[in-house]
Amino acid sequence: MDLTFNPETDFKWLLAVPLIPLCGYVIQIFFGRFLPRKGDWLLTTGMAVTMAITVWMAFKAIAATQGGEGFFHESLDSDFGFRWLYATEKGATDPLNVTAGILYDGLGAAMLAVVGIVSFFVHLFSTGYMHGDRRYHIFFANISLFTVAMLGLVLSDNILFLFVFWEIMGLMSYLLIGHFSHDPNSHRIKQAAAACKKAFLTTRVGDTCLLVGIMIFYYHFQTFRFTELWEAAQTTVAANGGEYPAWMTAAGLLVFGGTVGKSAQFPLHIWLPDAMEGPTPVSAMIHAATMVAAGVFLLGRTYPLMSPTVLNVVTCFGTVTALFAATIGMTVFDIKGVLAYSTISQLGFMVAGIGTGGLGLIAGLFHMVTHAFFKSCLFLSAGSVIHGCHHEQDMRKMGGLRKKMPLTFLAMLICTLAIAGVPLFAGFYSKDKIIQSAFMKMTHGGLLDGVGLFAYAGLLIAAAMTAFYMFRLIFMTFFGEARDHHVHDHAHESPAPMVVSLLVLATLGMFGGKMWLRDFDLMGAKGTWFEGLTSEIDDGHHGHGSEHEGSVGEAFSIDRMYPGIAITEMNTYVGDSAEHFQESLHAGHTWAMRGSLAVALGGILLAVFIYLLKKADPAKIAAAFGEMYTTVANKYYVDEFVNATVIKLQMVLARTFKWIDENIVDGVVNGTGKINRAFGFMWAWFDSTVVDGVVNGVGAVTNMTGSLVRLFQTGRIQQYASLAFGGLLLLFAWLFLA
Amino acid sequence: MGLEAYVVVATILFGLGIACLITRRNVIYVLMGIEMILNSANINFVAFNRFNGDGMDGRMFAIFVIILAAAEAAVALGIVLNVFQLFGTVKPSDVDLLRE
Repeated sequence: MDLTFNPETDFKWLLAVPLIPLCGYVIQIFFGRFLPRKGDWLLTTGMAVTMAITVWMAFKAIAATQGGEGFFHESLDSDFGFRWLYATEKGATDPLNVTAGILYDGLGAAMLAVVGIVSFFVHLFSTGYMHGDRRYHIFFANISLFTVAMLGLVLSDNILFLFVFWEIMGLMSYLLIGHFSHDPNSHRIKQAAAACKKAFLTTRVGDTCLLVGIMIFYYHFQTFRFTELWEAAQTTVAANGGEYPAWMTAAGLLVFGGTVGKSAQFPLHIWLPDAMEGPTPVSAMIHAATMVAAGVFLLGRTYPLMSPTVLNVVTCFGTVTALFAATIGMTVFDIKGVLAYSTISQLGFMVAGIGTGGLGLIAGLFHMVTHAFFKSCLFLSAGSVIHGCHHEQDMRKMGGLRKKMPLTFLAMLICTLAIAGVPLFAGFYSKDKIIQSAFMKMTHGGLLDGVGLFAYAGLLIAAAMTAFYMFRLIFMTFFGEARDHHVHDHAHESPAPMVVSLLVLATLGMFGGKMWLRDFDLMGAKGTWFEGLTSEIDDGHHGHGSEHEGSVGEAFSIDRMYPGIAITEMNTYVGDSAEHFQESLHAGHTWAMRGSLAVALGGILLAVFIYLLKKADPAKIAAAFGEMYTTVANKYYVDEFVNATVIKLQMVLARTFKWIDENIVDGVVNGTGKINRAFGFMWAWFDSTVVDGVVNGVGAVTNMTGSLVRLFQTGRIQQYASLAFGGLLLLFAWLFLA
Repeated sequence: MGLEAYVVVATILFGLGIACLITRRNVIYVLMGIEMILNSANINFVAFNRFNGDGMDGRMFAIFVIILAAAEAAVALGIVLNVFQLFGTVKPSDVDLLRE
């Protein structure tokens, strides 16, 4: 098969990628309920075609990168872009010209394939999981449009369209999280309604920041197109003596605000745990491949616009989020709650990775890709467990499910190993690259970088916690004795579509990382990390593989992601000599690996010790931590804090406005009404007397004249004749007498 | 016998015709009154032609009038027949369907 990327035809295929599910959505929303099986086969088949196209296109992209060249295609002024907005102001030199087109590069190819694959399996899983739901067809329509938005976001070649799809996703997440709020049989209607409202409003804070950030960039650069933005940023920075101007820092922070909202970074993470009220396939969709990944994807797309200050802030936010959510994850008992906090924590890893710049950018985006597979699989497994246990979500009531649900257990175990960072599983490679990047940031330039130190230490601790709480989940759910016999006795393995989805995603979660780095290398990381790593593991000793690192200097080319933009000179490793860079890469390599292996094993062993061998009572440990445990178990009181501050302030404002509305606005309105009424009476009087008087007067005069004249018009011919004769006589009399 | 005698006869006939036209309640009499008025005019035409004129003008007019009167009588009697069929009466004062 010819795997050459041919823009003429292949952009058509790419255009079809979001259009197929969009057509499916339109059919489903109007006619879904009339179709057999309420139309789920239609959308699932459509998604299968979409997935096939995305994977096929990704293979073309991979083939194009095999030679070490970057892969970058943009549908400039071709049939695949269209002019969306065009306006010229009188006297203005720059017309507002927004064209929409497709940008398909290594990052886009990787992300598009991930979204296609995960979305298809979520659709497939939903056919089993959502079976019998009252609004089954609406659910499928919504989840399909959700996918359309994410596919469109990935393909957009300009930030404005990215924002449009971003917002569509916000709306669809609202509808999907609140899915059960329309189900009268659900006992959690109110919670679902509150959760979807919270998700929508919280992300709206970030979205507003993002929009302002986009507009600041547009104001200065007069373009929305990514490639032009990158170039303009490079030119501006060069013109400014290599320094980022202050407004770019401000705008970069605002754009990052969008990520904070969408990717659930501290302090706007509060919507994500509540979003668990949605059906589990929705959680898998939102938390793995689509919505939260969109924030990280945005960072990847706007990376050249970010100044070093912004990247430091990004690193700090990411690390804080990773640590913070991991601690909460250790105390939660809801099986989906653990996964929710784990998602927040992993997103913190990605964001922190991107913030460290350079290698970290690739690492963060790579983690987004691997995470999408194993996290969607974890969520779907949790869904399978919940489904099998008849909608019981509390892990304390589970236990011993290993034998009841062997396939689900297998899938979940693989993905847990992946997320915990066990070597050879996907999560290991990406997470270690992030930690390596943090280490390199810490040591770059020969000085100890505070932010880098914080990131390195914080991420290692968070990684240890990740391993711990994920194995805690596994042991509490699948091992030990059944704690609640009612739940255990009724547990059963899920139907085939669900299990198939789980196993395929688990396979990807297992091999995804390896394949990606060794064979796929879409984002230009080949030769830097993986080859050295595998040779180390294969050789059984650390620190070697230097023969591979000769290629590092030139292979370390993020500019493959942003062609023509000299990124490394702009905002990463400034001041590092090539020699020092090599050293730093090497040291980071070693220390990240040692550190992350140690923490992963440490976390797992601790979980084995406490939850499998029962050598310690978790309740006693919790009690030993006292206040600290309570604080963490209560999610650091962030929700309470928000309730006490933002929401209270909002309520006060709302009441003030209500008072103003009731007294001042209503007063003005009522006053106007009264004045109108007075005028009305005046006009009514004038109308009924003067105008009516004239009209009636005319009528009366006409009437009177009529009655008078009528006397002559009797219609009696004899009377007419006598009158005529009388007249004649009078005429004669007058003639004779005159 | 001079012109005056003819004029007197015509005037008397005219007066009788007018009286008949105005006073009679039966429409047939009314028509007869009109015929009498027309014929008094005819007498005048012929008499003035005989004494004052030297052509045939007056007599020709009289013949026209007779023809017209005949036509008029035919039409009028047709109307009267229809009115009688419709209203069951030939009194013009009773035919007042269009009066309010």
